[in-house]
Amino acid sequence: MAELHLPPILPPLFPGLPRELEVEAATVDEAIDQLDERWPGMRDRLVEPGPKLRPHINVYVDRERGGLDTVLDPASRVDVIAAISGG
Amino acid sequence: MSNSMLLVGTRKGLFVLESGDRRDWTVRGPYCESWPMYHAVLDPESGTIYAAAASEWLGSAIWRSDDLGETWEHSSEGIGFPEGGDLHLSKVSHVMPVHGRLLVGTESAGLFESTDGGRNFSLLTTFEGQEGREAWNDPAQQPPGHLGLSAIIPHPDEQGRFWVIVQGFSLFETTDGGKTFEPRNKGLRRDWPADYEDIGFCVHKVAPAADFERMFQQNHVGMHRSDDGGKTWTEITEGLPTEFGFAAATHPHDRDTFWVIPLDPGHGPPGTQARAGSSSTKGCRARTRTSASSGTAWRSTARTSQGSTSARAPASSSQASTRARAGARSAASSPASPP
Repeated sequence: MAELHLPPILPPLFPGLPRELEVEAATVDEAIDQLDERWPGMRDRLVEPGPKLRPHINVYVDRERGGLDTVLDPASRVDVIAAISGG
Repeated sequence: MSNSMLLVGTRKGLFVLESGDRRDWTVRGPYCESWPMYHAVLDPESGTIYAAAASEWLGSAIWRSDDLGETWEHSSEGIGFPEGGDLHLSKVSHVMPVHGRLLVGTESAGLFESTDGGRNFSLLTTFEGQEGREAWNDPAQQPPGHLGLSAIIPHPDEQGRFWVIVQGFSLFETTDGGKTFEPRNKGLRRDWPADYEDIGFCVHKVAPAADFERMFQQNHVGMHRSDDGGKTWTEITEGLPTEFGFAAATHPHDRDTFWVIPLDPGHGPPGTQARAGSSSTKGCRARTRTSASSGTAWRSTARTSQGSTSARAPASSSQASTRARAGARSAASSPASPP
């Protein structure tokens, strides 16, 4: 089961959504689909038409920048990061 | 006890202001997780607040609250253009209950509907075949803000009849529920080259009078009035300090009375632009102008330090003697009264 870490801006939108959870998915895309099944509407928050990740949503798989088609293995750690900017 | 509610959209979310006397106000918010807010409205039939918001991180959604803002849910289910097409949805700009349906305007210019109270949506139209469509969906040709379909104005009695504004390009009317639209810009002025005869008018705000035959319009180059439901327009700018502005509101019963807030094209109060480069803006105050004669004469209103409303001499005629009264409504904007 891959370990999924979500940004703090998501739980307020979806009651019961934890910041950390485990998913059994072959790709990032499948992991997001699983989230969407449990919390309907989640996919549209993270993914735009294409499909591709929204411009300010970044996904890191085992510390490497990934995309929807990035492959996961059972020991993967997936971090979903909402980009910030400013000084 | 609160009997007036203002829904105030900001870049930091939605605020709810309430008052029992329209002098002292309480403020709640920000709501909707501080998403930038483009429009909000209270549905007087259901008591639900609907809000159109778009986050740079998380996309667009329609938020709804059944308890006047205490708790919220959001949905964007079905709000999107067909994959592989030429339209990109950057934001939801407007939301409006229309005789049992919830209609949503977007950029690119599209109209979506929900028949289940804002939980699921479907695409109603993207104005296929309409003259000017390629231009208004081109971000390089859009006005600042990039609102697309920026307003929906329902007729109170005729279910299939409503008007929409495509920002920077046109007012449209439909009488078949949104299947077909006709431009309603005849008589409007424009001070720029015209690519299309019936399209290309910068409509900012349309405020219908109670009978919905008379309408007032603030656009980029003047105030205008229609006496035939928007089919033809007559300019009524004379007597106002500027021709530019955004806000306009009509009296709930008197078809001759309405209010407008003239601004400089730089969006400041009248006089601001003339003082560009000056360190002082003293005397540049935005003031409401009202006409009680359907726009043939104007008077300025200003709040005094005692909190009462005073009126200044009319700008062009002694016909305007009626003092500004409380009770103005805004047909396509946020202010609304709870049930």
